[in-house]
Amino acid sequence: MPSFILGRLVSLVLSLIAASIVIFLVLEVVPGDPAQFMLGLNATPEATAALRTALGLDGPLLERYFTWVLGLLHGDFGISYTYKVPVSGLIADRIWISLPLAIYALALSTLIAFPVGILAAVRRNSATDVGIMGATQVGLAVPNFWFAMLLVLLFSITLRWFSAGGFPGWQDPLLALKALTLPAVALALPQASILARVMRSSLLDTLGEDYIRSARAKGLSQGQTLWRHALRNALIPVLTIIGLQFSFLLAGAIIIENVFFLPGLGRLVFQGITSRDLIVVKSVVMLLVFAVILVTFLVDITYALVDPRLRRATR
Amino acid sequence: MSAIAAPATRDSLLQAALRSPNFLIGAAITLVFVLAALLSFVWTPYDYLLQNIPNKLKPPSAEHWLGTDHFGRDILSMIMVGARTSIAVAFIAVSVAMVIGVPIGLWAAARRGTLLDDVLMRANDLVFAFPALLIAILITAVFGPGAVNAIIAVGLYNMPVFARLARAGALSLWQREFIMAARVSGKGAARISFEHILPNIFNTLVVQATIQFALGILAEAALAYVGLGVQPPTPSWGKMLADSQTMISLAPHVALVPGLTIVLMVLGVNLLGDGLRDIFDPRLRRNR
Repeated sequence: MPSFILGRLVSLVLSLIAASIVIFLVLEVVPGDPAQFMLGLNATPEATAALRTALGLDGPLLERYFTWVLGLLHGDFGISYTYKVPVSGLIADRIWISLPLAIYALALSTLIAFPVGILAAVRRNSATDVGIMGATQVGLAVPNFWFAMLLVLLFSITLRWFSAGGFPGWQDPLLALKALTLPAVALALPQASILARVMRSSLLDTLGEDYIRSARAKGLSQGQTLWRHALRNALIPVLTIIGLQFSFLLAGAIIIENVFFLPGLGRLVFQGITSRDLIVVKSVVMLLVFAVILVTFLVDITYALVDPRLRRATR
Repeated sequence: MSAIAAPATRDSLLQAALRSPNFLIGAAITLVFVLAALLSFVWTPYDYLLQNIPNKLKPPSAEHWLGTDHFGRDILSMIMVGARTSIAVAFIAVSVAMVIGVPIGLWAAARRGTLLDDVLMRANDLVFAFPALLIAILITAVFGPGAVNAIIAVGLYNMPVFARLARAGALSLWQREFIMAARVSGKGAARISFEHILPNIFNTLVVQATIQFALGILAEAALAYVGLGVQPPTPSWGKMLADSQTMISLAPHVALVPGLTIVLMVLGVNLLGDGLRDIFDPRLRRNR
């Protein structure tokens, strides 16, 4: 087990290095000079040159890359070109919206998908099953930002239960959670549809196994068999999907934040693009990719804990 | 998967197709959208760019079947032209991803267990760690928004999907006897990959391509919605939704029509994919 974790850890670090190089190089080739952009059209060439030096844009490529990466490791993401404050501060403010939103949505999607998927599997081929599968088929086809708009139309504009957007801050946690509820529901719906389908098919596969028949034969009730034997084994593929979904949720949050005017990482990235604040774009993208790679790593480790056979398997 | 199934004749495939409601409904919906997109090149009910402000935000009527938008433009005409954008972006992106991704996967499988295999698959994992939207954001930051960049973003994101699928399918085939026979007869790895392996994983690839095409339509809509896709005045379903957002309480139809259009199209393509899977692999039909 330790060697397995070590191996995964090495691959985690290598992926992060590779990702940082890709992100850095992509944003290196961006046309336009940030210094020129910050100072506007009337800036003298001398002032622009001075600012370039101050921003550290003059050094050789390799040096700038290492300055950026070493900074990241220390939590120093550089100074935003437009806000003129440390990027780490901008991110710290906004991550407390994006991360809770993604977790909230993941929790909702799991809470909806598990019972629904299990029900469909247990009542296989019944009207319930067909209904659930039909509903998830539609859920897969609904764009989450459009669903978000419909939620706003119904719950904010018509019923006035929720505000249509904005974020009140975490001073009052209940109010904050309320503000994140519609966005989380919008994000969770398509994910719940996928998860319910995976849950159903995975459980159906497990229910066909011999040990399930043995469990029933030794006198366990259907519920006991389901709970003690089938579900545990069916969870492995479900876990993969949950891990994958986290990255979709983080990326999806970028769009949903725009629907609800939530000041999260997504809005920060878009502002960064429009104002050519590339250091912000670079850092936020790196952070999101880091999150995705980290979650993949954690899923791999969890796997090995759940299923010892996978520890030895080389990929 | 499909390689193990008994070889199906063309007739039995057709019969299976006619017996699969998923396939029939999915194919019909997809066909309607493709035809509407093609028709829009030669005819739309109105000029999709024609503004008619006094006639703005009109609900569906006999003159404007799907109503008019905030500039008084005919929504049906915009939906038809938008279908072009959606289908073109998703189709080109998935095709390019297949043409690049599948050979990478086949190559990795042919050199399985070597450093090359490892490097190719790690590179795949790396691309996969960038959600499509992040790729689009990076590309837009560099080249600016547009349809071509949306295609690149969706395509890049899809590449590892096909590489992985092709590699996984090929790996199991390399152990089979008919591949052994081909190797004994002196065929090289590249030739075996394309002559024997590719035809045997083709069905699986087509089913996946259909699913990815549906996801591509959703991705294109999302990119257009946040302004990273095609630029106005070219209509796109995602852009129409973005424009409708502030008017949703005044004129719900401007938000409902493009949204329902996307749902219907994606639903149709997904059903088509399910149907194809049923047809190609009858064993799955009984299990699921």
